[in-house]
Amino acid sequence: MNLHEYQAKQLLREFSIDTPRGIVVEDPAHAELAATGYLGGEAWVVKAQIHAGGRGKAGGVRLVKSLEALREAASALLGSHLVTYQNAPEGQWVGRLLVEETLDIARELYLSLLVDRESERIAVVASSAGGMEIEEVAQTHPDQILREYCDPILGLQEFQCRNLAFGLGLSGSHVGDLTRMLRALYKLFVESDLSLLEINPLVLTQGGRMVALDCKMALDDNALGRQKKFADMRDDTQIDSKEVAAQQAGLNYIALNGTIGCMVNGAGLAMATMDLIKLHGGEPANFLDVGGGATAETVAKAFKIILSDTQVKAVLVNIFGGIMRCDIIAEGIITAVKEVGVTVPVVVRLEGTNVELGKQKLAASGLDIITADGLTDAAQRAVAAVKGTNS
Amino acid sequence: MSILVNKNTKVICQGFTGKQGTFHSEQAVAYGTRMVGGVTPGKGGQTHLDLPVFNTVRDAVHQTGANASVIYVPANYAADSIMEAADAGIALIVCITEGIPVLDMLNVKAALRANGAKLIGPNCPGVITPDECKIGIMPGFIHQRGKVGIVSRSGTLTYEAVHQTTSLGLGQTTCVGIGGDPIKGLDFIDCLAMFEADAETEAIIMVGEIGGTREEEAADYIQRHITKPVAAYIAGQTAPKGKRMGHAGAIIAGGSGTAAAKIRALSDAGVVVAASPAEMGLAVQQAMQR
Repeated sequence: MNLHEYQAKQLLREFSIDTPRGIVVEDPAHAELAATGYLGGEAWVVKAQIHAGGRGKAGGVRLVKSLEALREAASALLGSHLVTYQNAPEGQWVGRLLVEETLDIARELYLSLLVDRESERIAVVASSAGGMEIEEVAQTHPDQILREYCDPILGLQEFQCRNLAFGLGLSGSHVGDLTRMLRALYKLFVESDLSLLEINPLVLTQGGRMVALDCKMALDDNALGRQKKFADMRDDTQIDSKEVAAQQAGLNYIALNGTIGCMVNGAGLAMATMDLIKLHGGEPANFLDVGGGATAETVAKAFKIILSDTQVKAVLVNIFGGIMRCDIIAEGIITAVKEVGVTVPVVVRLEGTNVELGKQKLAASGLDIITADGLTDAAQRAVAAVKGTNS
Repeated sequence: MSILVNKNTKVICQGFTGKQGTFHSEQAVAYGTRMVGGVTPGKGGQTHLDLPVFNTVRDAVHQTGANASVIYVPANYAADSIMEAADAGIALIVCITEGIPVLDMLNVKAALRANGAKLIGPNCPGVITPDECKIGIMPGFIHQRGKVGIVSRSGTLTYEAVHQTTSLGLGQTTCVGIGGDPIKGLDFIDCLAMFEADAETEAIIMVGEIGGTREEEAADYIQRHITKPVAAYIAGQTAPKGKRMGHAGAIIAGGSGTAAAKIRALSDAGVVVAASPAEMGLAVQQAMQR
């Protein structure tokens, strides 16, 4: 689960980390009030709150130098859909803005904490190339990226913080400042079950402050059950509505741009089914894993979600029935197709326990269900079905 | 021969009296697995499925001599169960549980490094040596004892590979589902090394997917250390960047972990990479004929 910038900064402040003064607003009038009544000064930064990076280049972060400009920026951004290079073509809805004070920036640095798969440790990554995309820096200037890996038993040690501070070219009180900040960030990361914490840029001001100018945080979805305090930080407006519906139904669904809806058991097989469709000349409309214990009810819900995508011209059901018997799955499919009123061709490939009985049930149902023999046949039939409806 | 488990493996189940533990323990017993008991804290002294229930893994090991454990404990308690099994001297721990918080797994891995126990999973179907020992949730009947070793990050894709090698009459020595989480126990290289050393295994299928770089590391290992024919399939060629595809570990992050990079590395290492998940059996057959 991703957090908004303003939520992330609130957490930073709880851990005594300096952030620009700012106020979250939901309408343009409040933006003006925030500037005059609370922040003061003569220039402000208006930042669209969406769950995607690349906001600056997309016009979602604006420096304004008059109240009129502030009003204009707030009116333009609030309620719009901001498209960045990181999100879907339709962009994400801007429901909130963060209005912040401006700072006199002397230096910009990069800082992040993440779970590193290779070392199986939390890695602290720092770079003097602040403000840039870290992947880009990693490619062009790998020498500018510093890393420290934390033993989970020992945590982040002070010497590691000093390694990073001196590596970044800091001196004087900034070395101690960074050390305190990193240890606080590590504590925040572990206590909150984060999977990513990125401060980019971390700025040093002319006056010597060390401030988190921007912050991105993601929580480990597996830990949401024990991180109750984050429940009300969830923002479903930032996620595809079909994905939200799937989550509520306990299904794993990702929307894609093709025409063949997929319903599969198992994440690996679901990905493989998408690949197979592509291999045979079609385009998958989604990733959907119904899980190992698919019932008639979950299959019906899955059909509804797949068909709520108007791009879908055919559905491919691919189930390897292990513990779950194919005849039970066939019954689920038949019930769902009847109940949901499926109007596009449905291709079903069943394999595993009681597969013959399952196929017989599908054939005897009288429904327009195309039964496939094997994976390749299933993909070919689904692709052919789409081409048929197109012509 | 085989790897990891055989007819002499003595297995206990943690989370034994729960719904999952009960169902899959029944299936394991029916398959012929040597189940010797189970653990459910607070139910020690009872009998379940005609087997003794213990309060702690330590008690279970003392009383039964178990050397393997399978875990069906809910996600928030599973890390503790893995560490309990390791502390009690269990040599092979198979954790089926899905959804364990990743920071818990970092702690588990640190504890296991000090202890030396082998972990399979979490978020995996388990391990099976056909006709001898089934630990996990895979359907036993699709397997056939034979010559191919299978190691896979995906449950149902393992079943596909098994089904295809069974249909071709190749059969399997041992199938290991290493699981879909980013931080896990045994990985490709561990299993490849064991298959290489196993006299019965004549060829290997590895099934990978997007996310991380373990397939690339495996490719490098194969080139240097594996003499047996290897075939592979990598799922997720059409997966979008930055989206988690069901498995916690299946995500292309920051441009790394793509299927294309993995396929290239494996092909360069001489592995026959199946273009389609329908051709994993054919790919290994082709690798064996080279």
